[in-house]
Formats: sequence, structure tokens, C-alpha cells
Amino acid sequence: MSTTVADPNALDLRAPIWNRAVRFCRRQPLGTFGLALVVIIAITGIFAEVLAPYNPTANDFAAMTEAPSLDHLLGTDQFGRDLLSRIVFGARTALIVGLSSALVGGILGLVLGVGSAFFGGTVDMLMQRLFDIVMAFPLIIMALAIVSIFGTGVHNVIIAITIPLIPRCARVVRSAALVIREVPYVDAARACGFGPVRIILRHMVPNVMAPFLIMVTAFVGQAILAEASLSYLGLGVQEPVPAWGLMLQGGAEEYASTAPWIAIFPGVAIMLSVLGINLFGDALRDTLDPKLRDR
Amino acid sequence: MYQYILKRVLLTIPTLVGAAALVFLLMRLIPGDICLIRLGGGGSSFDPKALAACHAEIGVDRPIVVQFLEFIWGAARLDFGTSMWSGKPFITEIAARLPVSLEIAIMATVVAVAIAIPLGTISALKQNSWLDVAVRVFAIGGIATPSFWIGIVSILLVLDITNLVWGHPWMPPIDYVPLWKDPLANLSMVILPAVTVGYRYAAVSMRMTRSAMIEVMKEDYIRTARAKGLINKLIINRHALKNALLPIVTLIGIEFAFLIGGLVVTEQVFNLNGVGRLFVQAVQNQDYTLTQALVMLTVAVFVFTNLAVDLLYAWLDPRIRFN
Repeated sequence: MSTTVADPNALDLRAPIWNRAVRFCRRQPLGTFGLALVVIIAITGIFAEVLAPYNPTANDFAAMTEAPSLDHLLGTDQFGRDLLSRIVFGARTALIVGLSSALVGGILGLVLGVGSAFFGGTVDMLMQRLFDIVMAFPLIIMALAIVSIFGTGVHNVIIAITIPLIPRCARVVRSAALVIREVPYVDAARACGFGPVRIILRHMVPNVMAPFLIMVTAFVGQAILAEASLSYLGLGVQEPVPAWGLMLQGGAEEYASTAPWIAIFPGVAIMLSVLGINLFGDALRDTLDPKLRDR
Repeated sequence: MYQYILKRVLLTIPTLVGAAALVFLLMRLIPGDICLIRLGGGGSSFDPKALAACHAEIGVDRPIVVQFLEFIWGAARLDFGTSMWSGKPFITEIAARLPVSLEIAIMATVVAVAIAIPLGTISALKQNSWLDVAVRVFAIGGIATPSFWIGIVSILLVLDITNLVWGHPWMPPIDYVPLWKDPLANLSMVILPAVTVGYRYAAVSMRMTRSAMIEVMKEDYIRTARAKGLINKLIINRHALKNALLPIVTLIGIEFAFLIGGLVVTEQVFNLNGVGRLFVQAVQNQDYTLTQALVMLTVAVFVFTNLAVDLLYAWLDPRIRFN
């Protein structure tokens, strides 16, 4: 494969990381824009205490449903809480839920997918059926049940969002790993007497990294959206924790006509962060996997 | 081919039984008791005899294995019993809520197809032009925006615009009227949720249309068609789009099965009394039979859509069935 004409968009993995980054930015302007959005949101989430002008949970009953002004750049909600501060802290919640669900779901999917492909036979067959069941099960009912059993809160939201991500990652990784399993160097490794753990970790996992990274990036965006939907339905993060979906629940609709900023800004925050992740994810996919380009 | 069909059909059984076991187990793990809710709950005193009678009436006093087998046997005959909450047959409960949800789902699909196929095709044909970039950003925006937020903002816009134009705000009707009785009232209620759901759906389908078209336009038979001097319109309509349509139709089918889940949120935003809301109520009321019926129906739609897609592919592409 390496003897074919060099793809102008593909990254030369031997080049220094700085050159690769510059090249990525030049080739993928939309992806760079996405990455910039992601970086801004990440910084906002990490340094929320420094950046937020007010305490996100402090009520100011003298300043309820106030329009955006110099005091409150994005206005206040029905309890007089500063919306900008809540959105800044909401970035942290979104990042925690998005990253942990995507990583845990992705890694479990990676292990199960590669394992399923490596062992084949009955193990593969059973795994496939298990994936089918979880994929067919309605996400919202799963979340509703998990929250009803364990209670609401950030941890349980992460569990509810992670479970459906596992089989989706496992499916993709499995099909990529099935191809790798047939490659001569895996046979060679087996002939050398290497155990399954070594073959899986050293030979198969590195070769399914491209589809895996693409999936995990997309998962972060999907998890943020799922968290927002669950919180909006009252099944996710609970008051007074600042979370974007939660900010759209209740007051946002009630005061929509008199104080539209309560309903607008949290939605913009969700949209921009997921947009950023998706744009970056698309560019990453084009760069990591030239075969998938244009898809 | 027959062997493949048989194998594929048989494979749906473990999925359906597994999903049945999962919902059965999850519902029983949720703490609480439907009879306590029915008898007033809330800490008020109740007669233990009445509680026992209630348990006996809905059949939750029997061993759990018996309950499970009865559920599976019922599911096999498409009879999920009566709702533990209202006492009405499950079909009556669902039939009352289905029309509005089904109408939104169908209209959303129409909206999605009407937007996705033309825009996706144009985007693919004018690849990397400003038009393509605009369409892609529009599509990625649809995937990035939570549909419930689009719902909230669209209601807000309708209120403000009607207030400006007519001097008083207008709200869509709340009670569902069938399309054939009062088309105007029906459409004014359903159009906003349909567009809200349809935008995301359109975005996903648009990306698929674009990539499928780009793939197909590189094929040899397109070059042949060009070489023999066929006009562009014919090449696109007759050769390219027809061949690109298969993955697009697949995606539309699978997304349709997913719509039911998405409706839970949309119905909440627009205050509609559809199947999505019934789902949430059934779980919250601990109505085992109704939740089981709803979950099994959703799973069945998903499983059979996938089955139909797989069989269609096998029929069209012989390589699949021999593998």
C-alpha cells in the first residue's frame, strides 16, 4: 500500500508533529475551525471558576429574568442566576459527560469488538447477539430505567449514555479487526506462540485505531446531545448543577416570550460545541482514513 | 438464497427474546409498586388486603418465572395483555396515541427526503464549491442542534411573528384532530414538530446522499454514459441517482425506526399526547405490561427494518448471501 502514489491529504506519520498540525490546518479549514471551537469550550470548562463572572448557583432575586446588559452579558434566569456563568460551568458538565461516556463506551467497544473478531466462532456469535439486543433497545427507555433504578445525577447519566455506545463502537471495530485477523503477520505472531492478549494488544488494536478514533470523536458530540436531551426530560443532571439541557427545561419555556434569552443561549452553547466536535471529527476522518474521504 | 433468508430470519429471534428479557428485568428492578401508586401512595395508610387484592388482580404476586413465560408467550401471539394502570387492553392504549406520533414521523420523513436528496445531489455534483460547503455546514448544523431546542425556538418565533403581524400571538391547537376531519387544524398542529424532527433526519440523509453520489459518479458506467454523449440530466437521474439510492433508502429506513425514541423529546416540547409520552408515563407508573408492549413494538420495528434491509441487499448483491 505504501508503494502507491502518496496521497496529498494523508498525514505523513513520520513528519514532526508540528508540521503535521500545520498541514492539517491548511488542508482542513472547516476542521480547524471545529478544533478551535472545541479548544475554546475545553478551556471554558477547565477554567470555569476564573472565567465565570458570578457564582452559577447564586440567586439574585433583585435581578430576575433580566435582559442581557453590561452587568449580566447574557442576562439572568427566573431565579436571578447569571446565564453566562451557568453556561460557562455547563461547559464543564458537558465535557465531563461527553468525554467520559465517549471514552468508556469507546474503549469497552474496542475491547469487545477486537475480542469478538479474534476469538470468532461461538464467542463472536454470542457477542453479536448481545450487541443486537442493546442496539435495538430504545435509548430513552434504557435511560429512564437506569435513572429510576439508580437515581438521577451525573454518574448515572454517564452510565445511561455509555451503554448504547458500546455495541456501536464494537460493531465498527469488529469489522475492521476481522480484516486484520486474516493478515499474515497475525498468523506469524500466532505461529511464534504469542498469546491472545499480546496479539490483540500489539497487533490488532493499533490497526483499528483509525476507525476507533473517528468513532470516539463522533461519540463525544452525540453524548453531549444525549445528556442535553435527558436533562431536558428531567432524567439527567439535576438542579442546581449547571447543565445546558437542564437550563432549557422549565423556566426556558415558561418565560420564552418575555425572556427569550433564557431559551436561546444554552441551545447556542450546545449547538456550537457539538458543531465544533463534528467538524473536527469529519476532518480527522478524512485525514486518518483516506479511503473514507468524501463520505 | 433461501438458506440465507432462513438464517437471517432465525437470527431475529434471539434479539427479540433478549430485548424482552431486558425490559422485563429492568422494569422489575425499578423500586416501587404500581399498586401503591394506584391505591393513593404518598404515605397515606392503605388496607393490606386491598394491596394484596391489587397484586393478585394484575398478577404480580405469582412467581417471576411464570410472569416472564406468560409475557413471552403473549408476545409470541402479539397479545401483551391489559395495561396495569388503566385496565384497558394495550392495543386500545396505543391506538389512542399512535395517530399523532405516526403522522409526525411520516411527515418528518417526507420533509427529510424532500430536503436531503436534492441538496445532497447538488452538493455532490458541485463538490468543494461554496454551495457544497454551505450544504455541508447546514447538514452538520442539523446533526449538532438538539431537536428540542429547535422546537422551543420555533414556537418562540411563531409567537413573536404572529404577534407582530396580527397583533395577538397564535399557538398551535393542543387537541389532535385527524387530517381528514380538519386538515388545516391538523397541519397547523403537526407541521412544527415534523420540521423540527425532520431537520436532523434530513441532515443525516443529506450527508449519505452526498457521499453515495460522489461514489457513484466515479463509476465506469457514468463515464460510458458521458462518452456516448448522454445529456447530464439523464446521467444523473437515470444512472447516478438510481444507483446511489440504495444506501440512502437504507438509512432512511433505519432512521425511521429510531424516530420513535426521538419523539419522546419532541412530544414533550410541543405538549403532544403521542406514543413517546405514553412511553414515559408507562415507565413512571410502573405499568409493566404497557411498557413491555411498547418496548417490544419499538424493538420489533427496528429488528424487522434491519431484516428487510439485509434481505434487500442480499437480493441485490449476490456476494453477501454466499459469504
